[in-house]
Amino acid sequence: MTTGELGRKGEDAAAAYLERTGMSIVERNWSCKSGEVDIVAIDESDLVFVEVKTRRSDKAGSPEDAVAKSKQTRYVRIARAYLAHTGLIDQAVRFDVIAIMPIADDRALLRHHRGAFDAS
Amino acid sequence: MSPQFRASVHTATVRGTTAVDVIVEVDIGNGLPAFIIVGLADAAVLEARDRVRSAIRACGFDFPSARIVVNLAPAPLRKHGTGFDLPIAAAILVATRQVPESVAHHHLVGELSLEGHVRGVPGLLSHALAARSADRDMLVPAEAIDRVHAVAGLNARPIRILADLRAPNQEHVLQKRTSLTAKKHALDLDEVVGHEAAKRALEIAAAGSHNLLLVGPPGSGKTMLARRLGSLLPSLDDSERLEAAVIHDIAGCDSTSILAGERPFRAPHHSSSLAGLVGGGTPPRPGEISLAHHGVLFLDELPEFAPGALQSLRQPLEDGEVTLVRADGRIRYPAQFMLVASANPCPCGFLGDPERRCTCPASSIGRYQNRIGGPLMDRIDIAVRMNRIDPARLLARQDCEGSIHVHDRIGTAREFAFAHGRLATRSLIGNDLLAACKLEASERQLLAAHAKRHHLSGRGVTRLLRVARTIADLARSERVTADAVDEAVGLRITTP
Repeated sequence: MTTGELGRKGEDAAAAYLERTGMSIVERNWSCKSGEVDIVAIDESDLVFVEVKTRRSDKAGSPEDAVAKSKQTRYVRIARAYLAHTGLIDQAVRFDVIAIMPIADDRALLRHHRGAFDAS
Repeated sequence: MSPQFRASVHTATVRGTTAVDVIVEVDIGNGLPAFIIVGLADAAVLEARDRVRSAIRACGFDFPSARIVVNLAPAPLRKHGTGFDLPIAAAILVATRQVPESVAHHHLVGELSLEGHVRGVPGLLSHALAARSADRDMLVPAEAIDRVHAVAGLNARPIRILADLRAPNQEHVLQKRTSLTAKKHALDLDEVVGHEAAKRALEIAAAGSHNLLLVGPPGSGKTMLARRLGSLLPSLDDSERLEAAVIHDIAGCDSTSILAGERPFRAPHHSSSLAGLVGGGTPPRPGEISLAHHGVLFLDELPEFAPGALQSLRQPLEDGEVTLVRADGRIRYPAQFMLVASANPCPCGFLGDPERRCTCPASSIGRYQNRIGGPLMDRIDIAVRMNRIDPARLLARQDCEGSIHVHDRIGTAREFAFAHGRLATRSLIGNDLLAACKLEASERQLLAAHAKRHHLSGRGVTRLLRVARTIADLARSERVTADAVDEAVGLRITTP
């Protein structure tokens, strides 16, 4: 499995997980000129931007570590673009991170960080 | 979160010695989630964000995932310190209706630990005074509540942890603790053998808070004598105690002994920097001279201090306060202290010693003595020479007068001065001073003759008269006699 395929599989698993927890998926891989956001979902009244990070092992650090400050800033920029694009002005927003590490062909560890970072 | 959530909470920031009221406004709204602090906050205040977030969660509250804007008003005032943690956290909790609204009517200050424990901060006493003058109840960090006992009439309740804000209605009103008795001084004058002239000079200096210089060879007992000054001085009165304690509190120094009435005794090392001595830094901090307010500043080995540091003492010695001028305004720290200094007569220390010969070249003696500088010497009222004591005399046990007797005489002299309408002889000037001395024509002539012979400046004559006035106070004499003038002249003019 290539890295790209692994990432795609991770995102599918994350989307399935989010729907199981009662959130509804609005967008997958929404992109603008600032970059791409993996999942946009709605959790009650919050609009949630989800970054999915999949890694085969934690040898190079845990998956969450890959969401560095620069990536957070990029997510904030994409979120702004999305809000402008959809015309949502007074909307509560949240940034989540989902970390996935496969332990077998059909099993994986999943960690969901709600409100993992903010725009300050 | 669709409706708007707002709250404001009262706190203050310390500027100089007073706490200036600051209002913490919080607005929680929609938009990209963020936690923003505006209003000229320094790095320590900005770090509050991470402590506040952790403390709120650790105490079982929800930290809102929303756009949180904190404004510290008035915006042009520079804010510093970690005391904003508690008011910011409280404002967020009030805005999100997680604690009762009555919390916002209190004066709040304190640093938060990551688990939500509330810690004391420097300047708590100034906050307490500000809260009292605004007639506002104060939530005081429990671990530091002893520090605000001295503020009479303050309505204060301890807060141990952020979660305590849930139930703010249980009233614990603090009563002012009745005045504490000063403990007996560890160092007593009866341990100093001989040095009768120096002891008399110390007594006069202590009675009138005059500046004193002790000159003598190494080991002659200068430091020993100076360190016993604390046992001679009367206790601080209530207002002096509060003023001195406020300065100690701002500097983060322990003020327990001050609150017990003991006068501060500060003995900075001669390597002290100028800012350490007179105050300064960012944010500004009071220096040693302000910590010695209403007490004693002891400068051991005076000529070893940096000349710049010594000369910076001149203005506070005259004005009783130090003014730091900053781009955003002036900051005043009170600095009414009694200066006690010790010096060797020359670099080797034995100039004028009856037994050992001085080995210094003449040029280095002059240079050494000049380090103190004329203008500073002019502000020293009493200079006294101390010689080494004969070892045989030291070893023979003898009873010397104990501190308590000298302490009582000093107290009587101060009461005598007070009874005659003089609060501080050391700051009398012009006609007031002349009126207090009631000099007769013969004494005026005597004084004029001394002034001419010793080339005294106007300030020199004034200072000499003040010392003479104190000598007369010790003798409980309403007028300054010729004897008092002669003794004052003898205490001012010294040959090495």
